Amino acid sequence: MAVRVFLVDDHGLFRAGVRAELDSITDDIEVVGEAGTVGEAVAGIGHLKPDVVLLDVHMPDGGGAEVLRRARPENPEVVFLALSVSDAAEDVIAVIRAGARGYVTKTISSHELVRAVVRVSEGDAVFSPRLAGFVLDAFADRPGAAPISDPELDLLTPRERDVLRLLARGYAYKEIAAELFISVKTVETHVSSVLRKTQLSNRYELSRWASDRRLV
Amino acid sequence: MNSDIERVPAKAPEPVDDVRKMRRRRSGRAVAGVAGGIADHLDIKVLWVRLAFALLAALGGAGVLAYGLLWMFVPQSKREEQVKEVTRKERQQARGLLALGFGLALGLGTLSGTLNGWVAGGVGVTLVGIALVWREADESTRKRTRAGVSSVLLGDGGRSALVRVLSGAALVITGITLFLVRNVNIDQMQFALLSVLAALIGVAVLTVPFWLRLVRDLGEERRERIRSEERAEIAAHLHDSVLQTLALIQKQSEAPREVLRLARGQERQLRGWLYGPSGYGKGGDPSDAMKFAEAVAQACGEVEDTFAIQVQQVVVGDCELDEKLTGLVFAAREAVVNAAKHAGVSEVSVYAEVESDQVTIFIRDRGTGFDPSAVPTDRHGLADSIRGRMERNGGELRLRTAPGEGTEVQLHMPRATVGARSA
Repeated sequence: MAVRVFLVDDHGLFRAGVRAELDSITDDIEVVGEAGTVGEAVAGIGHLKPDVVLLDVHMPDGGGAEVLRRARPENPEVVFLALSVSDAAEDVIAVIRAGARGYVTKTISSHELVRAVVRVSEGDAVFSPRLAGFVLDAFADRPGAAPISDPELDLLTPRERDVLRLLARGYAYKEIAAELFISVKTVETHVSSVLRKTQLSNRYELSRWASDRRLV
Repeated sequence: MNSDIERVPAKAPEPVDDVRKMRRRRSGRAVAGVAGGIADHLDIKVLWVRLAFALLAALGGAGVLAYGLLWMFVPQSKREEQVKEVTRKERQQARGLLALGFGLALGLGTLSGTLNGWVAGGVGVTLVGIALVWREADESTRKRTRAGVSSVLLGDGGRSALVRVLSGAALVITGITLFLVRNVNIDQMQFALLSVLAALIGVAVLTVPFWLRLVRDLGEERRERIRSEERAEIAAHLHDSVLQTLALIQKQSEAPREVLRLARGQERQLRGWLYGPSGYGKGGDPSDAMKFAEAVAQACGEVEDTFAIQVQQVVVGDCELDEKLTGLVFAAREAVVNAAKHAGVSEVSVYAEVESDQVTIFIRDRGTGFDPSAVPTDRHGLADSIRGRMERNGGELRLRTAPGEGTEVQLHMPRATVGARSA
């Protein structure tokens, strides 16, 4: 069954482009609706109950984070994938911490976008190389860092670190699995676990990036 | 595709409300709303604040002085969220306390001998006059008229306002005159001088609201000017960069490679300006020595420009550039150039990580790959400029490639200064 996708972006041109791309290259994805404002998005998501929402980070009236905040509590089964031109750490980390399952940049190729949508719809996380870099940076040990209050959330395991490094080096999940002699499923598990830590950890860098965007 | 170039990054809004500033009340006030403002600010009952002022007034008039200074320097609240209802009881209490304060200040002063009756009377009358005039000025501030002294002092209150201001002024003059006549033994010459002096003081005191408003308006004007300069800077930058590039792209629309090159170059430049360390609003000092992450980004950008490919670069950590790291960045640049030339792909991934003891860069493509042993010996690229450069600086190169499997070049460079900051 096709994955039902809802597009949220304040640029109509961009929505039309993504819709055309997705429609033309695959039957696995069906675009069921789109919205150009936060209000429309919240209403549309509640009404259509899509599988995946492709969410622009920068929009008037609070942007993607505001959509997440308002639409997620009522639609816990809907998965959000952030799509943005921004490379700023605070943007990326902020939407992840607001509940998005992944982050890809708008220059992503259509085929990779399809893969990312299918992947998040199956419950896995999607990290762009740059997001992997930010997370590695945030979890890096550096002298003088704040003490670790919750090792379960505030530290990455060596294996998670390896997976993130390979993601940042541009490896696909299959290539990571081959490189580390583990299954693709295990790679996905590691990435999901990193996502959970990124969302819940109180590490200084993460909460600072998030609070720079006025959401914690 | 990057259709939102016109959007400046949603910088955190100016922290307007983070530090709540004290404001004088507009409604529910007895004299100037100072006590009410303090009460709102500290979240306590206004009665206690008024009582405190009244008691302080007994200490040589400190309460009166404090009240006057706060009146001058604490601005009125811009608008009232809700008009405060004042019960009759509260108003009576306020008036009672006001009288008590005044009485205590003047009475105790007289008793203790620092003031005699005439001085006290003079001071009292002057204070009442000042209060009348300033209150009228507060009213007119509310109406936001902006013109000379008369409008500041009178507002559009019409005749009744004029009467109040004039009687206030008269009271001030009477007070000062009382004080002079009764306390100074003087001949005619001195009297003339003192009258002039007294008149000047009177005028100065009465026009305090005007001067304050002048200063505040100047501040506002400065803020407005800064804002418009900022807008002009953004507009100028977008014009010089983005609009020019868009024009070029339209001219080159027949040459996809050229369009791609222009678009990537412009994107990188705009990103640098929006989010980079020395970009818009960061106030970065361009004379700062370039750091490692910036050098990697620059090297990747140059290759992108030259070969019209996309270089996806991620850098974790950062440090100062030294000679060895400069060599490392050059080697990495050369490796990206190789990938761009020979791999036959449109995208190359570069990942650099700064650790406390070493710096590593991975350059990876999913292109044709090659058999390292089959490379003719007269080809200098990999051998000389990359491996040679790495080894001269004490680093190391590892190569993973095979025909059809892409290429990954791994560059390791130990760090000279262990423990330098990696933030």
